[in-house]
Amino acid sequence: MYQIRVHGRGGQGVVTAAELIAWAAIADGRYALAFPSFGSERTGAPVEAYCRIDDQPIRSREPVTEPDLVVVLDPTLLRQRFVFDGIKSGGTALINTAGTDTSAADSQLMPHSVGVRTVPATEFARQRTGRSLPNAAMLGAVAAATGIVPLAAVRDAIAARFPGPVAEANAAAATDAFEYLRSAAHADREVNRVHT
Amino acid sequence: MSTREASTPQTGSPGRAVEGSRAVAETVARCRPQVVPAYPISPQTHIVEALSALTRSGDLAPCEFVNVESEFGAMSLCIGASAAGSRTYTATSSQGLLFMAEALYNAAGLGLPIVLTVANRALGAPINIWNDQSDSLSQRDSGWIQLYARDNQAACDLHPIAFRLAEELSVPVMVCMDGFVLTHAVERIAVPDQETVDTFLPVYRPQQVLNPDAPMSIGAMVGPEAFTEVRFLADGRMRRALLRMPELAERYAKLVGRPAEHLARGYRLDGARTVFLAMGSVLGTLEDVIDEARADGLAVGAVELTCFRPFPAQRLRTLLAGAEQVVVLERAFSAGGAGIVTPELIAALADPPAVPARCSTVVAGLGGRPITKKALRILVRDAAASRAARFSFLGLDRDLLSRAGYGRASDDAPGSSAELLLARLHPRESS
Repeated sequence: MYQIRVHGRGGQGVVTAAELIAWAAIADGRYALAFPSFGSERTGAPVEAYCRIDDQPIRSREPVTEPDLVVVLDPTLLRQRFVFDGIKSGGTALINTAGTDTSAADSQLMPHSVGVRTVPATEFARQRTGRSLPNAAMLGAVAAATGIVPLAAVRDAIAARFPGPVAEANAAAATDAFEYLRSAAHADREVNRVHT
Repeated sequence: MSTREASTPQTGSPGRAVEGSRAVAETVARCRPQVVPAYPISPQTHIVEALSALTRSGDLAPCEFVNVESEFGAMSLCIGASAAGSRTYTATSSQGLLFMAEALYNAAGLGLPIVLTVANRALGAPINIWNDQSDSLSQRDSGWIQLYARDNQAACDLHPIAFRLAEELSVPVMVCMDGFVLTHAVERIAVPDQETVDTFLPVYRPQQVLNPDAPMSIGAMVGPEAFTEVRFLADGRMRRALLRMPELAERYAKLVGRPAEHLARGYRLDGARTVFLAMGSVLGTLEDVIDEARADGLAVGAVELTCFRPFPAQRLRTLLAGAEQVVVLERAFSAGGAGIVTPELIAALADPPAVPARCSTVVAGLGGRPITKKALRILVRDAAASRAARFSFLGLDRDLLSRAGYGRASDDAPGSSAELLLARLHPRESS
């Protein structure tokens, strides 16, 4: 079972991100379960959502406390220690930030060897959609950083969720983020592990 | 039984990724309701929103979708529409169900086969939008059949069964699904197709129809000379569901190619000395923990109670015949009393010849507190070692209680305990 926790703020599409990962995984022939943390979802308030992916039916409905992947849509959340709580040894932290500085994540004193990847998802979203909603671009980054869902399924999930032009722009942003992480220029950061 | 038992679709349609609420709305639409009055309340809202859209688009036709002014209005309109001969449906949650309460009793007393989805949510005060089962369990005695869904596949599949059961018995049916945990979850769900539902659920033929051309009264006053007999017959009619629900579920299961829903279902009961009984979405997490405990050699199993009203006493006696103790996980309770399911179970098991299992109650997941595997593992190990308390709260935050003065003189201070606890929970915000 592969477990994902998405952190962001109300209005950034945190819940939609988790749902689209589940959609992509199911379209890819596997089982998945996505659900939000059901807080008071006010704009700007910290929000989290969860996604589990498996080859067999998923029964557990507890919140994800030991994620294989933590997706951070808003880097200002890195100041809050809970973002990486319980992340598994060998897991991945995927952070939406324009910088390549991962010291904010390093300073979380993650207890295990965790691969930290950064991607300027908001920038890709702004270029392609004219809006600064990073969630769709981050899905492309999830596909590139983990391979847990293929990019094609991510693009299909976006197309199924949003109307035509909005879907096309968001799928393009997802592809940008995918290629950014897959490009040779960033290959050296493929495994940028934090050790403590 | 050493392997994991799947409870999700295996042989039928593989399903698609869809939100629980949406899947329920699509299933309900395929049951062809003719009148859907609705008033929004979280976490039920997505269901009636989707039905509204399906009506407007013409996918659900003919159907009158009516925006009403309240839940009382919704159920009252259901009563009127059903009495006028329409297949009728609505959905609600929490205080919305309480606001329907007067009309709920009338719907049952009039024998109107209305189907209602309850997206289970806690009752206030203090206000709490999250999931537990206090709302539907508060309507235990309303005369409605109550079915609880373990997952979103069950939530869908129980609806065609609910309509058919309601219409055959002239008893309204509540399908209860845990709010947010199920309603807002996106997962692989097989929504039954129109042909399947049409095959299973015949065109609605009302037993009683108000018609201006042939005036008649329904719901006329019944005095002491016959009221007891009316209730006696209501009890018998409700109990017929104990035979009919499994038959209908079996027939439906054959059509969709999935395991049948049951009044109650056992999980890994072979040789189980300690059995955990629960209703609703906690079953999945619980069964995962039961599998782990079995792998560790603990003789534990689970019982899923799907049908709470009527209470399937005989079925539970059969399932629990070999158990030494039963731990009932309750998602609601009665302050000053005990659990709500447990006393009924104790009475069912005590019927001679008594089933000797000891029963205890664990109140869990109130107001949306997650029921974690970690907490369940401890509970399962303690219970298997016969350390289960007769009545307890899972994951009670004793530290918070102690900071709020519990155990000291202020423990019984008058006024609102909610504000007292909030002040200790967020000291900076409230200072």
